Amino acid sequence: MSAKKIKISVKVNGIQHTAEVEARLLLVHYLRDVLDLTGTHVGCDTTQCGACTIMLNGEAVKSCTVLAVQADGGEVMTVEGIGSMEQLHPIQEGFWEKHGLQCGFCTSGVMMATMGLLQENPEPTEQEIREGLKGVICRCTGYQYIVGAIQDAAQRMSEAKRGEEIETLHAGGGK
Amino acid sequence: MIPSTFDYVRAETVEDAIKLLVESEGEGKLLAGGHSLLPLMKFRLTSPGTLIDINHISDLQGVQLKDERLVVGALTTHRDIIKDQLVQEHIPVLAQTARQIGDIQVRSRGTVGGNIAHADPAADLPGVALALEAEIELQDEDGKQRVSADGFFFGPLLTALPETSVLTAVSFLIPPMHAKSVYVKYEHPASGYAVVGVCAIAGKNASGKVDFIRVGINGVSDVAYRASAVEEALLGKAVTEENIRKAALLATKDAEMSGDMFASAEYRSHLCSIYTERALKQVLL
Amino acid sequence: MASMIGMRVKRKEDPKLITGNGNFTDDIKLPGMLYAAFLRSTHAHARIKRIDVSQAVELPGVVAVYTGEDLTGKIKSVPTSWYVPGCNLKAKDRSPLAVDKVLYVGEGVAMVVAEDRYTAYDALNAIEVEYEELKAVTGQEAALKDGAPLVHEDVKNNLAFLWKAGDVPDEAFTNAEVVVRERYYEQRVVPNPMETRAAVAQYNSGSGDMTVWCTSQNPHIHRMVYAEVLGIPESKLRIIAPDVGGGFGAKIGVYADEAVVAYAARHLKRPVKWMEDRKEHFMATNHARDEVIEVELAGKRDGTMTALRVRNTANMGAYLSTMGAGVPTICFGLMVTGAYAIPQAAVEVYGVYTNTTPTDAYRGAGKPESAYQIERAVDAFAREIGMDPVEIRRKNFVPKEKFPYDTAMAVTYDSGDYMLTLDKALEIADYEELRREQEALRKQGRYLGIGLSTYVELCGLGPSKVAGAIGLQFGQWENATVRVHPSGKVTVLTGASPHGQGEDTTFAQVVADKFGVPLEDIEVLHGDTQMIPMGWGTYGSRTTPVGGAAVAIAAERVTEKAKKIAAHELEVSTEDLEFSDGIFQVKGVPGHQRTFQEIARSANMAWNLPEGMEPALEAQSFFDPSNFVYPFGAHICVVEVDSNTGQIELKRYIAVDDVGRVINPMIAEGQVHGGLAQGIGQALWEGAVYEENGQLISGTFMDYTMPKADFFPVLETAFTETPSPVNPLGAKGVGETGATASPPAVVNAVLDALRPFGITHLDMPLTPEKVWRAMQKGRKEA
Repeated sequence: MSAKKIKISVKVNGIQHTAEVEARLLLVHYLRDVLDLTGTHVGCDTTQCGACTIMLNGEAVKSCTVLAVQADGGEVMTVEGIGSMEQLHPIQEGFWEKHGLQCGFCTSGVMMATMGLLQENPEPTEQEIREGLKGVICRCTGYQYIVGAIQDAAQRMSEAKRGEEIETLHAGGGK
Repeated sequence: MIPSTFDYVRAETVEDAIKLLVESEGEGKLLAGGHSLLPLMKFRLTSPGTLIDINHISDLQGVQLKDERLVVGALTTHRDIIKDQLVQEHIPVLAQTARQIGDIQVRSRGTVGGNIAHADPAADLPGVALALEAEIELQDEDGKQRVSADGFFFGPLLTALPETSVLTAVSFLIPPMHAKSVYVKYEHPASGYAVVGVCAIAGKNASGKVDFIRVGINGVSDVAYRASAVEEALLGKAVTEENIRKAALLATKDAEMSGDMFASAEYRSHLCSIYTERALKQVLL
Repeated sequence: MASMIGMRVKRKEDPKLITGNGNFTDDIKLPGMLYAAFLRSTHAHARIKRIDVSQAVELPGVVAVYTGEDLTGKIKSVPTSWYVPGCNLKAKDRSPLAVDKVLYVGEGVAMVVAEDRYTAYDALNAIEVEYEELKAVTGQEAALKDGAPLVHEDVKNNLAFLWKAGDVPDEAFTNAEVVVRERYYEQRVVPNPMETRAAVAQYNSGSGDMTVWCTSQNPHIHRMVYAEVLGIPESKLRIIAPDVGGGFGAKIGVYADEAVVAYAARHLKRPVKWMEDRKEHFMATNHARDEVIEVELAGKRDGTMTALRVRNTANMGAYLSTMGAGVPTICFGLMVTGAYAIPQAAVEVYGVYTNTTPTDAYRGAGKPESAYQIERAVDAFAREIGMDPVEIRRKNFVPKEKFPYDTAMAVTYDSGDYMLTLDKALEIADYEELRREQEALRKQGRYLGIGLSTYVELCGLGPSKVAGAIGLQFGQWENATVRVHPSGKVTVLTGASPHGQGEDTTFAQVVADKFGVPLEDIEVLHGDTQMIPMGWGTYGSRTTPVGGAAVAIAAERVTEKAKKIAAHELEVSTEDLEFSDGIFQVKGVPGHQRTFQEIARSANMAWNLPEGMEPALEAQSFFDPSNFVYPFGAHICVVEVDSNTGQIELKRYIAVDDVGRVINPMIAEGQVHGGLAQGIGQALWEGAVYEENGQLISGTFMDYTMPKADFFPVLETAFTETPSPVNPLGAKGVGETGATASPPAVVNAVLDALRPFGITHLDMPLTPEKVWRAMQKGRKEA
């Protein structure tokens, strides 16, 4: 067995990290064990539960099925990077407001999958949300309030966007 | 679950990848999105000595219109397919199928080349590839060649892809303008794979007779297949519910149904006809 | 200030969880920490002839490899904790790792400890085990037969116990106008919390202190059992359940694995971590249900039900797990008559050893099975006499004026108004209209089905003296400490250790309501045996009715003391004071008052306390309820069956539950939704399947269907509130209602849809093929 280490450089939540890793190191373990970003979880071993979902180069992916070396040169966003208590991301606000979580284990992944979903479809219908959640498993909530949380988040995001647009408009008009 | 150790090398060009494959003496495997390979490696069902990462080969990306066909680079992801303008314009069924693969996250990483090369009989693309008379473009030390999808899939995870070849692209037939197409799928509730998936592409002439028909089916047997018996039964026939129903009953004729814990061969066979009927009705009625 | 009870407030536990700052067991990282991985049996029944670990030990990074023999005499076996009396129970302890024989696929055979997770997995592959395969038996009925392979050589016919309760003379059936006889198989399911089991153990070889962080629903129970297993006194053994990612019963169980991890930490003098992977979880963590239930229900043509006899042949797996024997006996058996005033009932339960993963509690534990058999049998009875399923229920309900009601199974239902929930559910569903729609659709060849389930369950474990009488080796009271700091901020300690139920919020609401202080001023702590005096955990819907009640009582005690201090300071008697919105006010004298915070400071400073009063403002409660609580409700499921394929479309699901007083409707609704998803999951999709040789063939999320978001319509939920007289909150427990009520509602709905095909029985899960085959048969026969 040869376990030559590979040097990788990944921007995670805006911070550039370099490390020498085994080629087989899964991205999720790089995040959890090397960078101590333990908000991303592992819930299965068949690429189904989605607890490990993160954004890689702007796309929602399951980090248990990506090698850390495949993220070399890329940008990763995890739950730790989307917002903070001082400034929650609208998705975080939605999940809190609408009781979109119970035990909280799948939650980071579900929120990151939501980010992928809303990016593709900013104003999804209830059915589109449910279909968009195919890649996550939650055992606690029965999904109903996750769906509600995503509807809430979508609304917050579109309101924020509209707000920005109006602001831009006003700024333009003032000139 | 954790994969065994392996060497990791990055190929910058297709030629590079071929050279590395040859050098690995059967121990090497190409790594694209990794969504077929890594799950197997995590369970140690396969333990390649070397992974040759082809993600950085820019030639393998994207969709092009060439000789009345759409040529899809092997590294094009399912997500890319869904968003691609050429696909939407010329072969919408390809996007419609891609939307039914896995989930949002899987579609971000899973690639067309990986899906075809992996040849999972329950995957969604093989049936569509057969219906769209896909040609699989391969390249090895001796150069490029094309293999028809019809002769490409041998069995579960078995294809005509030689060990030292790189699957570079898949080209799909652009169906005639008047033909409509659809992929209907009965999804396994746990895995999301197809219990049955039927791609039907068909059109009728001015007098209401079927003048173009292609049916590709995956999920029901250990290899995806083209339902020739269905096609023959309908071609030249008037479009009636009765004709469609009768033809759909022939959907299982070109393959041996397989069974598992979720659906027996008998039930799959039944579903196969029902879903073929539904697909045909959608495109012909 | 409005009462905090009944308010939809956002959860206090969420900020850390939505920002990725939760602290689950696998998130813990200690200096010098090693990683463990288990080699598990690949055979269901085999003799271990040889284990060769020599290659594994040689691998760089491997620190130790333990086999069963290595542990013999070092740590003890893990016993069951429920010795159900009077049933000739033959309990078999599980050795920490298998010695000589393995009895099910997934049983621990060896444990590797390495410098990192990846090396530990490599080492597993380097261990060679030579097995001599023995004939295995996986089904309980097959295992009972003479000549079946014996799981434990000295347990004849694999009969772990035979439990009987109640007595009904044969005449009750032979002389009855109507008798329906039914046979149901409650399939085996896997609880599958999203966080698998995990443990981190740290040992201080100087002090002898051992700390184990683990995924526990009841850390004090884990401490009690592991103290014995590890030979470490409770005073030196600290169990911490940090954030726990769901349990559903699977984390009540005390397993051997965590003890082996702790042993290694002590042996190697370094912290050791282990986390199950999902494939391992499927084999190594308790399964549930797997019961063959035979029902005989007798009654009159007018719909009156007169006698019930039930036999349950329960698959216990290879060992009796922690609560294993109690589930199909006490939890199931005592509730067989459901919501109905059936005057005579009897139950017998065969507990059977097989070469499968042990079964234990899973959301509802015994009550879903009980509700299933009676709700299906009642429907069968109604069908037999041509009565509407609503009418037969109305006719046989325990009437509201009869509570507290002593059932034929000798339990006392605390309070209830079964008609109320049924009426409300029918109204929400618009039952009459649904029946009309069903009729109209049938004419078009479409098959709509409407199913009912009017359940009652036993929750809120429970009086400790009852626990003792039924052989449960636990107390069932609950502890709470309410501590008021000098600033008036409050810390609440509870022994009911949660894992997603939202106690940080609901218990804070209980306290906020008492003290009139803002919710932000209250912190609820749990899960650490060093911090919490004692407690029995979260399961059996006991959190609010027992744990919450303890909090309410302790808070009341604090209020009483505070009032005395306030009266003393204001120089009035306590009768002259009223306390509301956090202010002690002298009646009729505006401005003459003390705030709760002022009294908190006074109490803690103790500069001027009433004569003889001790300082500080803190109270405890060790609340032991006088009875269980009995939530109830009416659920209606509407399905449409595709007659071509057998696929079932869930069109509507209406759940009206009465869980007594609701503390936080939002959280209660979430509990109902989650329970429904699991119950409907069992009815339609889930099922653990063993091959005859004992291989688990539904051992990943690829084959075992976990319900997903797009499987469900919007669930329509509502509550009625009939307070329980058993605890000061009037609460009944909400966690298990959905899982208990929904399987029969769904199956009854599907059978209702399939009536035109003459189909009267199907076993769960109602997979499309099963339904399709039944329809094919029905068509042929017609």
